[in-house]
Amino acid sequence: MTQKTRTTETTPTAQTLLAIGTRKGLWLARSDDRSTWTLDGPHFLMSEIPSIAIDTRGRSPRLFVGVRSEHWGPTVMRSDDLGQSWDETPEGAMRFPKDTGVAVERVWQITPDVHDDEVVWASTEPQALWRSGDRGETFSLVRGLWEHPHRPEWGAGFGGAAIHTILPDPADAAQMLVAMSTGGVYRTADGGKSWNASNSGIKAPYAPDPWPEFGQCVHKVARDSVNPARLYAQNHHGVYRSDDNGSTWTSIADGLPTDFGFTVVAHPSRGDTLWLVPITADRERVPPGGQLQVQRSSDAGASWVTCSEGLPAPSYTCVLRDAAAADNHEQAGFYFGTRNGEVYASADEGGGFSRIAEQLPDVLCVRAAVLR
Amino acid sequence: MSDGVRIILPGVLREFAGGLGELVVPVVDGTVSLRTVLDTAVVARPRLDARIRDETGALRRHVNVFVDGQDARRAGGLDASVGSGAVIHILPSIAGG
Repeated sequence: MTQKTRTTETTPTAQTLLAIGTRKGLWLARSDDRSTWTLDGPHFLMSEIPSIAIDTRGRSPRLFVGVRSEHWGPTVMRSDDLGQSWDETPEGAMRFPKDTGVAVERVWQITPDVHDDEVVWASTEPQALWRSGDRGETFSLVRGLWEHPHRPEWGAGFGGAAIHTILPDPADAAQMLVAMSTGGVYRTADGGKSWNASNSGIKAPYAPDPWPEFGQCVHKVARDSVNPARLYAQNHHGVYRSDDNGSTWTSIADGLPTDFGFTVVAHPSRGDTLWLVPITADRERVPPGGQLQVQRSSDAGASWVTCSEGLPAPSYTCVLRDAAAADNHEQAGFYFGTRNGEVYASADEGGGFSRIAEQLPDVLCVRAAVLR
Repeated sequence: MSDGVRIILPGVLREFAGGLGELVVPVVDGTVSLRTVLDTAVVARPRLDARIRDETGALRRHVNVFVDGQDARRAGGLDASVGSGAVIHILPSIAGG
């Protein structure tokens, strides 16, 4: 643990929770001032934690974690007391129906719905979307996407066959966007019954046809918090914005040190503001110029600011697609974890960082929330 | 024990078996399949089953099952014959880093 000297906290009584999922367990960091953090863990030691959700809807927060043991398989664990105890649906929260002939390998994403407090979405490897109507205790396979004719051609990236992004549309409960690596962006406008590829403008530089209908290796997509039709995508080379809810995409990579990376995070309450963690290239997965850094835009990608104060150089680590998150303070905190087990926090939206954890296993995901 | 099959669980799985380190499955008709033995052992223990087999019913890749010392994967997998009095060990494979 290290202590942070900078603080710009606006609501000092609210506790901030940062959940850190790693290759070998879960840690929970807490802070009352985003200056000093306490670290609790490991939970689920020796199990991989590829997904976390901090569900702050309703009367009390519920934590969800995707847990995967190399030996004993995947499951979803829940906690209603902020990690003091954990519960698991005895018959399994998420099990493929027998007719599919497949089994869940990994839970890649858990996303509380934005319309219905009882609905939780999840996605898995193999690429499937799941819906829970009982706040995450049981999930049903979304058949419309599972039976999509493109599915046999969806591929597995180096991290596995992942639907890694689930974005319900706050403007319309029937609409949703998911993204996968590889496969790209898919959208539904009828509550998940039918889905269409939505990759117009996203390049697949590794394919013979670099502009296919689908097959893009989209690494992560984030939705603008003020304008829900505005989306940001970090691609396998390429950074894009959509202003029409994903129908078309245009590059916003100008001004960045590199267009490669894995994560993109939108500001939780301020429009046009987003963060990326650039990586040099697909063949060189280290920070550009050896400087671990974050790129922040406050104008929807028209320009970028390098945020590196407090971050190490030289650095040869990498930040994975779900290993960055923002909290929901008015002045948002931005957090990310690295593959060499360090976690960095900024209480001023990337203006300066402090290392709040080190010597952890490689960080797969982080999620942050204010507990009021 | 001649009228049943003993299943020896690793410590990490005992929390899913009510703290038991050993389960006994009655076998009265000569031999049965390993699948049948496991099906019987995990009745009312779905979390134990989920650690050993996935939802297709297949043994998890890094779970090893030995029937009287023989790796079941080399003896028919879940169709391996298990006779009364047999001892089954369920063990995690050596894997990872």
